Formats: sequence, structure tokens, C-alpha cells
Amino acid sequence: MRPTLPRLVNILVPVKRSIDYAVKIRVASDGKGVDTNVKHSMNPFDEIAVEEAIRLREKKSVAVDSITAISIGPAKAVDTIRTALAMGADAGIHVVTPENAIVEPIAVASALKKVIEDKKIDLVIMGKQAIDDDSGSTGGILAGKLGWSQGSFASKLELKEGGQVDITREIDGGLEQISSKLPVIVTTDLRLNEPRYASLPNIMKAKKKKIETIKPEDLGLDLTPRLETISVSEPPKRQGGGKVESVDELVSKMKEAGVI
Amino acid sequence: MASPRNIARLATRLASRRTPVPSTSTLRAPIKAKTTMFVRNGSTLPPRSTRFAEATETHLNALKSISSSTLSTLDSTASADELKTYNDDWMNKYHGKSQIVVKPKTTEEVSQIMKYCYENDLAVVPQGGNTGLVGGSNPVHDEIILNLSNLNQIRSFDEVSGVLVADGGVILETADHYLAEKGFIFPLDLGAKGSCHIGGNVSTNAGGLRLLRYGSLHGTVLGLEVVLPDGTIWNGLSGLRKDNTGFDLKQLFIGSEGTIGIITAISILCPRRPSAMNVAVFSLDSYEAVQKVFAEAKGHLGEILSAFEFFDKQSYALVKKHQEENGGERKVFETEGDFYCLIETGGSNAEHDEAKLTGLLEHLMENEMVLDGVLAQDSTQFQSLWSLRELVPESAGKAGSVYKYDVSVPVGKMYGLVEKMRAKLREGGILEGDGQKDGPIRAVAGYGHMGDGNLHINIVANKYTDEVEKIIEPYIYEIVAENEGSISAEHGLGVMKAPYIGYSKNDTSIDLMKKVKTLFDPKGLLNPYKYIV
Repeated sequence: MRPTLPRLVNILVPVKRSIDYAVKIRVASDGKGVDTNVKHSMNPFDEIAVEEAIRLREKKSVAVDSITAISIGPAKAVDTIRTALAMGADAGIHVVTPENAIVEPIAVASALKKVIEDKKIDLVIMGKQAIDDDSGSTGGILAGKLGWSQGSFASKLELKEGGQVDITREIDGGLEQISSKLPVIVTTDLRLNEPRYASLPNIMKAKKKKIETIKPEDLGLDLTPRLETISVSEPPKRQGGGKVESVDELVSKMKEAGVI
Repeated sequence: MASPRNIARLATRLASRRTPVPSTSTLRAPIKAKTTMFVRNGSTLPPRSTRFAEATETHLNALKSISSSTLSTLDSTASADELKTYNDDWMNKYHGKSQIVVKPKTTEEVSQIMKYCYENDLAVVPQGGNTGLVGGSNPVHDEIILNLSNLNQIRSFDEVSGVLVADGGVILETADHYLAEKGFIFPLDLGAKGSCHIGGNVSTNAGGLRLLRYGSLHGTVLGLEVVLPDGTIWNGLSGLRKDNTGFDLKQLFIGSEGTIGIITAISILCPRRPSAMNVAVFSLDSYEAVQKVFAEAKGHLGEILSAFEFFDKQSYALVKKHQEENGGERKVFETEGDFYCLIETGGSNAEHDEAKLTGLLEHLMENEMVLDGVLAQDSTQFQSLWSLRELVPESAGKAGSVYKYDVSVPVGKMYGLVEKMRAKLREGGILEGDGQKDGPIRAVAGYGHMGDGNLHINIVANKYTDEVEKIIEPYIYEIVAENEGSISAEHGLGVMKAPYIGYSKNDTSIDLMKKVKTLFDPKGLLNPYKYIV
């Protein structure tokens, strides 16, 4: 824990380049993964995280000193960082991993921990999960590693004077309100906000913003996977239906099928 | 827990993507002052012609022996209610009184049905997905409905040439899904794609969203199989791109609205499906600026420019209001303008496309040609930005009773029409605002497909009244004619606009058209009372 309360808040937003939400996922020919030669975009939950960080700054209830977007991924992840910068983040950090390397949540959390300590981050806002692997564990692992509080599945976030953070969480059957002190990890749920569009002036400005590149070795990272993917398969195909000519035929077919 | 699907809930409620057919005429149409009759609500229709026989049970039995899939109220194989689906159009504006619906399964059956009807003087209306807007696919009186939905097989597809041969009754979306699996795209896309038939699309020369990129059906259709009014099957299903041997007969059937033959199969050239798509929307301060951006977009983007749409601030206000009412509003622009335009790109290489698009955006910003703009960062945003344009018709519909006009005019003159219409309504003292607090007209919105020179004018009134209508019509057709435009860009003539053809075509054209009709259909049995009257 940091000994003194920060007067200016530094926010870190981890963003992941994942397969675009609208793309139809296909199993790769080796049956051990999915076809990744498709459109990629920022993980939608991370987009919400970027938006929330910018809104906190705009609300001015507490002065936000910096918003840094970080991505741990292959060369193309830089596009995802640029999107965050175009939305309004100030600077980017790209931890470049080899193409096609599988980076597990524990490795991501380790990398983030190093950067957080180095950059004196007070608040981490991140997606509750990535829509590609659906692990949903990076936020939790990171909070554990740092020994910070965490507010997961946030649908409302308020930053108050004195470093107080009020979080509304979406839980089964209702909402839960929790309060904590900075530093905090917040993971975002869908209802937190609706992300803005990247405007042209901001896209242009984003081109001039700095993206720092870091090698995994420099963070002392071990990317060796701990898990082995045995197989990936598609859900069973839906059987096509048939047309019936009359109600009588429908009834007899239903009887045949034993549903009535 | 909520799924990311919710993010797109508004975006998926896309309004129809209707796009136009460009004006094929550059003829200077003489302005005709006479308005023969008014048929907007189907209230004033041409009387039933005594030339046609009335359908009897004998006729029905003969048709049944040709096609087992025949429905009729004459022998109670169907109730009047069941036939309503075929007799009425989807807007519930036109109501036919046919007693027989035949749904042949093969071209041979279509041929035999036509032969029988021809010999027995029975009038026939061919019907596809029944998604038209001008009453072209419904009987006016008691014409026999020849519905093509059972003629729905894909016949062949050549992956090398991209030539698809399919029955006329194949649903557009089905054809496109089939092609998507193979990495190809149907060169036509429109709002009714889930119901409309490709045969109907060709018959009405539907324009569609992809027109700017792939051109009209006059170019993409390579061949047709048509059953002529007397039952003769004309096999013109060539897969040839070049064929200079005699008249190009298929062109006559494209856009003939089922008046000279029934399209039973088409052969069409399908391009590769673009793998990378993007969209940007801009706010601008004048219509001149929109035109400049259009020119720049063509220059910078070249072959990847796949759509260029525009809408005015009145249209955008309607959409915003509609979105607010549905809780889906989302701030798009820091600086709003009097005009907006949308640019879509589609190409085969995302990086290449992006470099081009970024080049354009930088150029537009640096030269201050646009006020503000946004660029979609993912597919969800792609859809929600498109919805700003696509929700205009739906939003206008929610705001009141809408007088809809769909016209083609040279791009430079497009918006002048909207301004003239506004001035006319203001002059008549019925436009809200300008001191008229409770005028019956709430808004005049202009939007459309800049790339195709197609303008939509939506006049939102608090209700349909004769006084308002008299101020709008025939004034609107007159200003279209003055600007060398066409009174029907994409919707066709059908029964609705048939009386107004004189505003867009000169006497020689109309005379030639009548001769063509008589040549193919001397008895005038096919789709009577419409198109050219």
C-alpha cells in the first residue's frame, strides 16, 4: 500500500486486442485454437474501461493526472493502443510478445504489476474479461499480486476527495455497493457506460502521442504457458427444420417425436 | 451476466437499407401539367378492364392440374384471409381481390400456367417477395397471382468466374449467404433482403446499397430465363460478359416490373467479398462541402469507396429524437453541422485501406473541409454509425405521417430540391417554425445516396390531409422535371407512379415503351393497370 494519498490520480487501463465481437468464430484446422486471420478490435469491456477513465477526468471530482493504456500482445496490438489514445488516453505502453504466443492471465498480471509499480499507478480500470478466452481472471490475479482492493463487475464508479472509491457491482439478483480507498483495481461490466467514438481530431492527435515499447525480458517475464489446450470444438450444428403442410401433419409428427 | 451483445442492441435495429437505381434517362422531360388521377392510397384506381375473363372453377381446376400448389377461395382451398398475404402489400396500402394464387415449382409449370392464361384471357400479376413500395406486385383487381416463392433453387455457381445461376424465387439473403460461404458477395443489398426475391430485384431493377461500388443490375446481370406472356420460355441464361450478337434482350426485362415477362432464373456476376470494411461519418457546414468531400473521397479512396451517403440536420434531429426515446442516444459529434455524410470503404487489405482512409481524413481535417467526424473502431461501431443514416426513415415514421418521395437528380442540384420544397411549404404557411407554431408540417428531411444521385425527401406531417398533399403535389414532380431528374429512382412505377411518368419521360419514350409492351404482350394480360398506362 502506498503510504500517502495521491493528490493527482494516475490511471492505468489495460486493453486487449481480441477477435472482433461481430466476427463469426471458426475452429482452426489443427483443432487446438480458432482462426485468428480475421478482423480484430479492442475487447469491448476494455473499451468501457477506457471510456470510464476519460469520464473520471472529465467529471473533475478528483484531478486525474494521467491515463495510460497498456497492451501486452503482438506487434498489431499497437492499433488497439492507438484506439485508446484516440478516445482520449494520454500515453501508451506496448509490451511486445511474439506473434501467436499465448499469454496467460498470470503472465499478463505479472507484467501489469511491474508497470504499475514503475509508473506509480493509483487506479487500474480494466475489462472484467476478454471476449476471446473468457478467462475473466486477470483483474483478480493482479489485485492478489499487488495486495490491492478490487471492485469487480462495476456498473458505477465514483472517485471522491481523499481517495475514496465508491463502486456499484452487478451481482446475482441486484446491485452491491462497496467503498474502498485508492489504490484500487476496478473491472468493468457492460452497464458502466457506453464508449464514445474516436473523433477525427482525436485520431489525429493520437498519432502524436507516445507509445513506449517494452520487451517481456525487460520486465523479467516468463511467458511459458502453464496450461495446455487439448482441443477446441464447435458447438453441435443445429439440425434444419422441416415444413409441414397441415396441422394434422404437425400433430402426428409431434406424436412421433414423443413430445405430446 | 450481460453479454457484449447488448452493446449492439441499438445498432442491430437497423432500418432498411434501401438504395436507388440511378436515373437512366438524360432526356429533357417536358413538364406535363395534367395529373390524370391520384392513386397514393389506392383510393382512385383504374377500372377493371372487360378484356379479361373472370376466373371460374374450370380455370382453377386447369391451373391445379398444372401446379399442385394452388390456393383459391373458389373451392375453399384457402380462406380470403389466407389470400390477403398475397393480395395486400406489406404497407397495407394496396388491396387486390384475386381469388387464385398459383405457386409453380418449375419454369415448365410457369410456362404452362402462362400458356393457359393467355389462351383464356386471364390477367396475371407476377409476385416475388411482395416487398415493393408502389403496389407493383399486388393485383389491382382480380388478376391471378403467380407467386414465385417455390421456384427457389440455386442452380450453379462457378468459383472461377463468380457467375451465379439461380431461380428467380431465391431470397436475396439466401443467395448472399450461399455466396458468403464461398467468399463472394451478391452485388446487391437492400433493406428487404430477408424477404425479397432476386427475380423480383431484377424485374424492378432494384438499386441497393452496393450500387455505387458494383453498379446497377443492368451491368451485373449476365443472362435471364424468362417466361413470356404466351408461355414461351426464352432461355437467355448466358454466362458471357461479352456478347455482341444482336439486341441485348435481357436489358428490356430488367426493370420492366413484370409487364412483359416473368423472370424464372438469373445469371449474375458476383464479385469477391471485401474482407476489410470501415466507415466514417462527418459533420459539415454546407451542401457544397458535402460535394467537395465526395470528390475528395473518390480521389483518395478510388476502388475501395463502397458507399457515400448524406443526410441533413433535420434528418439527424429526427434520428436523435428517436434514439433518445429508446434510450440509445450516444453523443457522436463535438461539433454538429447542417449536413452529415457517411463514407464506407471495402477492400481486401485492411492496412492498405486504412492508409488510404487515414490519408483522406488527414486531408479533410487539415483543409478544414469538415467540421468534425468519427471513424468506427470496431464492427459494433461500424453498425451504429451506419444506423445514424439508416434510422432516418424509421425515425421520420415515428415523428408523424410521412410523405415520402424518392427521386434521382444530378448530384449538384440534389439539395436544392429540398430547399425549394421547404420554401413552398413555408409560402403555404404550413411549415412549423418561422412564426408558424402549430403548422401541420413538422419537418422536411432530405437524405440519400449521394453516390447514386438519389435523394429522399421525407415530409413529416401531423396527419395526411388533402390540403397538404395539394401543396406538395404535383409541385415536387415539377421541380424534379425542371432539374432533369427522374420521379422514380429506386421504387419503380407500379400502380402508384404510373400516372406521373410524363414528368420524367418524353412522348417519344413513352410511345416506344408502349410498343415494346404490345410486342411482348399483345393481349396486355401481364401485370395490367401499371407501369405505363
